[in-house]
Amino acid sequence: MAGERAHSVRTSRTAGYRPLPGVPDEMMAPDGNIRPLWGRLVAHLDRLDDERLARDLSRADRYLLDSGVFYRQYGAGQSVERPWPLSHIPVLLAEDEWQDIGQALRQRADLLERLIADLYGPNDLVASGRLPAALIAGNPEWLRPMVGIRPRGGHFLHFLAFELGRGPDGKWWVLADRTQAPSGAGYALENRVATTRAFSELFPDENVHRLAGFFRDFRDALQEQNHDPDSRVAILTPGPMNETYFEHAYIARYLGFLLLEGDDLCVAGGRLMVRTVQGLRPVEVIWRRLDGHFADPLELDSASRIGTPGMMAALRAGSVTMVNALGSGILETRALMAFLPKLAPDLAGGPLAMPNIATWWCGNATARAAVRDAPGRMVLADALTTRLPFDPSDDLTRASSLTPEELNRMLSARGGDLVAQETVTLSTTPALVDGVLVPRPMTLRVYLARTPGGWAVMPGGFARIGTGPDASAIAMQDGGAAADVWVPGRGRVPVITMTRPMGAAADSRPLPGGLPARAADNLFWLGRYVERAEGVVRLMRAYHTRLAESGKSGSDLLPGFDPLFRQMGIDPRAAIPRRLLDNLAAAIGSAGNVRDRFSPDAWSALLDIDRSARRMAPQVAPGDDAARALSALLRKLAGISGLVHENMYRFVGWRFLTIGRLHERAMSMAALLAVLCDPKAPEGALDLAIEVGDSVLTHRRRFVLNASRATVIDLLALDPMNPRALRYQVDCLREQVDLLPAANTDGALSPLARQALRLHADLATSDPDALTTEALWDLRARLASLSDVLTTTYFH
Amino acid sequence: MLYRLRLSIRYAFARPTGAGRQLLRISPADLPGLQEVQQTRIAVTPLPTERGGFVDFFGNEVTELALPAGLTQVRFDMTGRVLRLAEETELDLSAAARSLAADLDQIADLGPHSPLHFLRASPRIPLAADIAAFAGAACAEARTVRQQVESLGRAIHGHMRFDARATEVDTPIADSFAGRHGVCQDFSQIMISGLRSLGIPAAYVSGFLRTIPPPGRPRLEGADAMHAWVRAWTGAEAGWCEYDPTNRCFVGADHVTIGYGRDYGDVAPVTGSMRLAGSQSGSHSVDIATED
Repeated sequence: MAGERAHSVRTSRTAGYRPLPGVPDEMMAPDGNIRPLWGRLVAHLDRLDDERLARDLSRADRYLLDSGVFYRQYGAGQSVERPWPLSHIPVLLAEDEWQDIGQALRQRADLLERLIADLYGPNDLVASGRLPAALIAGNPEWLRPMVGIRPRGGHFLHFLAFELGRGPDGKWWVLADRTQAPSGAGYALENRVATTRAFSELFPDENVHRLAGFFRDFRDALQEQNHDPDSRVAILTPGPMNETYFEHAYIARYLGFLLLEGDDLCVAGGRLMVRTVQGLRPVEVIWRRLDGHFADPLELDSASRIGTPGMMAALRAGSVTMVNALGSGILETRALMAFLPKLAPDLAGGPLAMPNIATWWCGNATARAAVRDAPGRMVLADALTTRLPFDPSDDLTRASSLTPEELNRMLSARGGDLVAQETVTLSTTPALVDGVLVPRPMTLRVYLARTPGGWAVMPGGFARIGTGPDASAIAMQDGGAAADVWVPGRGRVPVITMTRPMGAAADSRPLPGGLPARAADNLFWLGRYVERAEGVVRLMRAYHTRLAESGKSGSDLLPGFDPLFRQMGIDPRAAIPRRLLDNLAAAIGSAGNVRDRFSPDAWSALLDIDRSARRMAPQVAPGDDAARALSALLRKLAGISGLVHENMYRFVGWRFLTIGRLHERAMSMAALLAVLCDPKAPEGALDLAIEVGDSVLTHRRRFVLNASRATVIDLLALDPMNPRALRYQVDCLREQVDLLPAANTDGALSPLARQALRLHADLATSDPDALTTEALWDLRARLASLSDVLTTTYFH
Repeated sequence: MLYRLRLSIRYAFARPTGAGRQLLRISPADLPGLQEVQQTRIAVTPLPTERGGFVDFFGNEVTELALPAGLTQVRFDMTGRVLRLAEETELDLSAAARSLAADLDQIADLGPHSPLHFLRASPRIPLAADIAAFAGAACAEARTVRQQVESLGRAIHGHMRFDARATEVDTPIADSFAGRHGVCQDFSQIMISGLRSLGIPAAYVSGFLRTIPPPGRPRLEGADAMHAWVRAWTGAEAGWCEYDPTNRCFVGADHVTIGYGRDYGDVAPVTGSMRLAGSQSGSHSVDIATED
């Protein structure tokens, strides 16, 4: 905008930018000129004044916050969700360079595939002395039960990541191989969306290669391995407490895969099966985000609580394709990097196209001599470590910090346990700090996926950026940041969507099939907790409204409330009672377990209510102030119901959520009426029932006279048209229960459907006189038993 | 020696179980030249919904079962006839204690009987400083690896008291070593930890012991239950030898082998997972008779 430019007479954001001595920089050439590839981005940054830039970048942050992108950080005995630390300035890489990287990594991926096939097959490399036996036999990642098992489809490796750094000579080096269950691909997608929000004007002109094609091809490749029409591709997650659970749920949603935990699965007839509310359904392709040891407590780590007993049996039977094979973690062993260059001619048909960092396994004399000769350049670590270099929890020793005698002693005493690597310097890339670009060290993470056409390489997406100029501070867990990586195409890059053109085979995705029992359980309870929270809010609002109207406090005024408070476990001294906060937390817990099935909008809304309630809790004063705060919460809760019920696909999952809500509403209405319509209830109790039952207007319209027990029971218990009435809930409950799987087999009702039908019939033929206090409590007990039957029928 | 074996394992559950999977390692092993299985049979009550089997990494025969839901008890019965050929030997062809490491360096084998699998700590056998120190002191005079094995076995036998009530199947070896009591599993795992800390590959052996001793010899400890002992690698020439620290003897014709592993976990007679709502209790009995 011309007007803005006129008054922003400022120097370029790169004016003070100075690469570190001897360190190559991605943006700035050694002569101080901006590399041509970066020209448009730098010009764009220069065009924006500080205020405008801040506004643009905040769009990215807003996006990440709204979509709930987080990772979990562990420390000091507890774990917390951290917002995704985005470094807004993308890293730009030339298409030619990217193609070279891809070519080299395809070679490396093939080499690793042949290596692992040998390690779990004939073990020729060890037998012929090309790999030391001790490195394998003593390696906890070498999973003995996998030895001799040929993977279904013939391949061990399907999805890999490589951590790369650019050395002082400008060439790329492999810093680490990630072969077990590489994380971050989903975050790369989020980096991309967030970064394009920040640079929405620039991005279309940059002609950047899209990431979606990579994911689509991999999705299709996995679906091609899925032969049984009853089976769906699944992602196996360790669960919501895992540091990258968000990503597991995100990818499952993005690709239309099931998200499963070990306990959702069992093995029957040599096949892996998922427990669904419709019974056992086969799973033929599983993308594992769980470390190998934990996968089967029967044959691997017996202490695992997150595995599936019999998983190994299914693998032995060849009935399941696993991405990647169990035991693939062994390829992450740091000491193996010492041998890959020597193995490359045999296993990859030629020397490594991209070297890995120089590595020595100190179990042999030549390696020990090399370390002794140049201790200044060497870092020592456990030979079998699989940690990333720069991981702060990595137990490193700088060889130069030891005296020559100490080093000597360490090498001769336990050389076989040690690996030495050359210390690496990384290239730098610009990061924005206080409005100014500064060089920060970076590593690149490149993803490869196996497709029928060979290894596909994700074109960009993920770089780690250090927080300071020191390369050792780079690990994400230590507060580093992540940046998008742009690979601009020379030709026009195709815009890719996840759906294939009409008629293509891969587009005929099956309807969502079996709903995992655990997901159904969580949806049911989510419905119940949200409804319960709403019930507490309604009651508290009625209480504070009366308090405000009378201007007094004290139980003599509001005697009807006490038994209700007791019944619901509420302490009314707090305007926002503990009970409400607990219910919201429980709702978030349930929703957090099914984030792959829960819309991001509804999730944000739920978090928002929880935040508001917690913010209000210590501040709100009883009476009018509280009543208004509670009204605001009630509107937000209604918003969630809207998001869920207007937008959720009407399938089995929605049905369990709905049943949970109806069930809770019926339970609390039965209790409300039993307490407030009791003949011994204090005066005013009936009016209170009408108000908490949200039926003041209806009562006025239907009954001109004052409230009596009969009118209240009629309206709130027996009226099939009142959406707050007990009868209405039971009608809907019966309808939904009848539509559950196996509820009605050729006219024979399931025990659950039978109970719902009886409940419905009894209520439909009842009248206000028959619905005594005792009868209401009895009704409530029968509702509770309905929930028990539902649980044993569908959630076990 | 020809043996007739009978093993019976029972579990009872306080509340009916969910469906479960079990692995059984209770069949005697066929070991060319050492042990010949003439007949073996495993009965499962009630009938499993699935039954299969495989040979695990260490060469052990595994029976794989899927059990139906709703059980309050389950029972596994193994009967077999085994010809045990192994004899104790007095001959010491083992490596010098000093040169075992050099022998190990020459090994480029990852097969089931490679000593390399048995050198490091394993899930149930950590290397502990106090056991290492105990082993070092016990073996100070030993010149050959076989002498080390015998010295440590005798020292553990002297240090520990056999007590079937003192420990459970999951008692850590540090506790049984500190308490100086336990059963064959504790004796063996402590000895394995000690051997490994001396750099001697050591494996865990599960099996049986004859119930009625030969005339004139005392009844051995642990004969009425499943038994365990130690297998140690003594060098390239002599290979493996087996020692029973519970009974302070090298293993010969009185023992019948089921299988080998790094520790108890690799050869546990029953490895299972069931969805349990209440408590469970178990018992097992063994009967071995000679047949001449």
